[in-house]
Amino acid sequence: MPRRVLEEFKIEWFQLLDEAGKLDAALLPSPDLISEKTVKAFYESMVLIRAFDEKALNLQRSGRLGTYASIQGQEAIQVACAAALQQSDWLFPSFRESGLSILRGNPMKALYLYWAGDERGNLVPEGVNDFPVAIPVGTHIPHAVGAAWAAQHKKDPIAVLTTFGDGATSKGDFHEGLNFAGVFKLPIVFLCQNNQWAISVPLSRQTAAKTLAQKAIAYGFKGIQVDGNDVFGVHVAVKDALDAARRGEGPTFIECLTYRLSDHTTADDASRYRSEEEVSLWRKKDPLLRLRTYMEAEWAWSEFQESALQQAVSERISASVEDFESTNPIDPLGMFDTLFASLSPDLLAQREAFEQRLAKRKKP
Amino acid sequence: MSKLTLIQAVNQALHHEMEKDANVVLLGEDIGRDGGVFRATDGLVERFGPSRVVDTPLSESAIVGTAIGMAAYGLRPVAEIQFMGFLYGAMEQLISHAARLRTRSRGRYTCPLVVRTPYGGGIHAPELHSESTEAFFIHTPGIKVVAPSTPAEAKGLLLSAIRDPDPVLFLEPSRIYRAIKEEVPEDEVLIPLGEARLVAEGEDVTLIAWGAMLHPTLEAAARMLEKGVHTDVIDLRTLSPLDSATILRSVEKTGRAVIVHEAARSCGLGAEIAAEICEKALLSLKAPVLRVTGYDTSVPLPKSENDYFPDCDQIVEAIEQVVQF
Ligand SMILES: Cc1ncc(C[n+]2csc(CCOP(=O)(O)OP(=O)(O)O)c2C)c(N)n1
Ligand SMILES: [Mg+2]
Repeated sequence: MPRRVLEEFKIEWFQLLDEAGKLDAALLPSPDLISEKTVKAFYESMVLIRAFDEKALNLQRSGRLGTYASIQGQEAIQVACAAALQQSDWLFPSFRESGLSILRGNPMKALYLYWAGDERGNLVPEGVNDFPVAIPVGTHIPHAVGAAWAAQHKKDPIAVLTTFGDGATSKGDFHEGLNFAGVFKLPIVFLCQNNQWAISVPLSRQTAAKTLAQKAIAYGFKGIQVDGNDVFGVHVAVKDALDAARRGEGPTFIECLTYRLSDHTTADDASRYRSEEEVSLWRKKDPLLRLRTYMEAEWAWSEFQESALQQAVSERISASVEDFESTNPIDPLGMFDTLFASLSPDLLAQREAFEQRLAKRKKP
Repeated sequence: MSKLTLIQAVNQALHHEMEKDANVVLLGEDIGRDGGVFRATDGLVERFGPSRVVDTPLSESAIVGTAIGMAAYGLRPVAEIQFMGFLYGAMEQLISHAARLRTRSRGRYTCPLVVRTPYGGGIHAPELHSESTEAFFIHTPGIKVVAPSTPAEAKGLLLSAIRDPDPVLFLEPSRIYRAIKEEVPEDEVLIPLGEARLVAEGEDVTLIAWGAMLHPTLEAAARMLEKGVHTDVIDLRTLSPLDSATILRSVEKTGRAVIVHEAARSCGLGAEIAAEICEKALLSLKAPVLRVTGYDTSVPLPKSENDYFPDCDQIVEAIEQVVQF
């Protein structure tokens, strides 16, 4: 036969908790996932990172933070990833993962410092295997692949997760990274927070393909699309993929379909390019609302419990804001001190000149 | 004539060229409906349509790479890169292709494209939004590099850049996008590429700057004037090719030179200018050529950026040093 089909592919869509807060229990891999304890922990985490975000937007408005990228609408993904990752796993985030960072063990104070333009906020605590925020879109993906490669080389039983947006899938670094991961069958999970916008550019301008998930097929591994506002669905997908990676079964690409409820950053005005109708449609699909609806139905989660939780969370946030605001001003000499393991004589001379300049400035 | 900011002048120049030449097309991220993150392309998609003002997928390499193909085919692409720190993904396209196309095709193909990008610090933006790495490109034969310092300059230089038969990197100082307003001629006043501008005249010291750094340099010149020191202030405008004739003419007169740039010190354009002066005007010199520059570190995040960038005090100090040498 001169013509025959060499390859056909299917892309699955996955959801456990639907828009109305109804769970499809038949698809649950284990009942533990919906134990009251687990679900409440998910919800508490979501409320915490939403409150962190709201506070960040407030601090920005009053001039205490610089440009900030809100995570609102994308909390389910971040909570699900944090719960699926093990402490020894590595994470390579982009810049819209404040929630995930907090849940991985980065202090909220550090995140506020970072977004205030203070280098010290980039210091990831020992024992937390996270890379700092990656500002150039998609450029961290090959780093994640390299770390997974090193773990494979050292036979460490860990997996790597890297997260990025839909816009990042247009970058060469994304394709080159996925290709390496496929060729070397690396222990890595690629997770796209497809919030359907890259600043003002809609998803339809990033790809002519029906899904982003199918891009994995071309690199020789599995891609799946998950409802990104369903914390259970994302959790199961990410956990399965991380487990498979740890077992040596190679990479997975997970596309989480979600929506950015806020402006791109505080420097953006989304009303210039998208309709209020679209935004309000997605507000109804808010991942927090969905989980709360589920808890109300399942365990009669009450107004009282809700306000107690909100109260506890807001106390935690206030404490970290206080911590952040009482931090001593940064010593600008730090920009020399972490440049190399040791400074050359010429750089030391520059540092000295800089020190003198700073001292002179301090004098009235 | 109307009073415009630098960003408005850029917008007007783009408008003007698109009106005049149907081959001029714009491509970049968020340049359509959003009008560009700094609003440089505000209103252009409404006027010229989405096939001439194109929001592209997020890929700097493909933006510049496709612009090369468009230019060779006969269009006049003007690409916007959102910040200079994101131009690095397109380095291979710029250095290995845009810069060499004319040479490697023995003149059969040319590459009349412009890459516009905001550069420099001072706007309290996140990491990699404050880059001033013009030297990478000045060091690349085959690309012209332009950095305007005022609204009228921006318009006149951008018109010339778009009409230039070779690739031009057009660096817009984001720090002064909205800081200055000045009269900008409504119609075509082209400022030729490759010619520096003498902004102030004096016989004691030559000051050389470009882009946003021209302004603290002028401030320093004004402070020195009060002390009786008269300076030539040269705004380079085009960084590559360098107008060394204007520099040398001035230094031969004054015998002293101070170069100001916000880019890191080592191998910055200041080093090239100093070398040029030493090679060609050594016997005119009454003092060593001094540079006031950024440090050889990564540009720090906003909390420390004002400590990093050169300021008027440092420029004044350097002038005093060469005068008292
Ligand atoms: C290489 C690069 N180009 C441009 C930018 C400017 N920029 C910052 S975020 C962004 C859009 C990113 O979209 P997406 O990947 O979907 O992530 P999201 O912001 O939606 O989370 C752009 C263009 C950048 N940071 N890096
Ligand atoms: Mg996006």
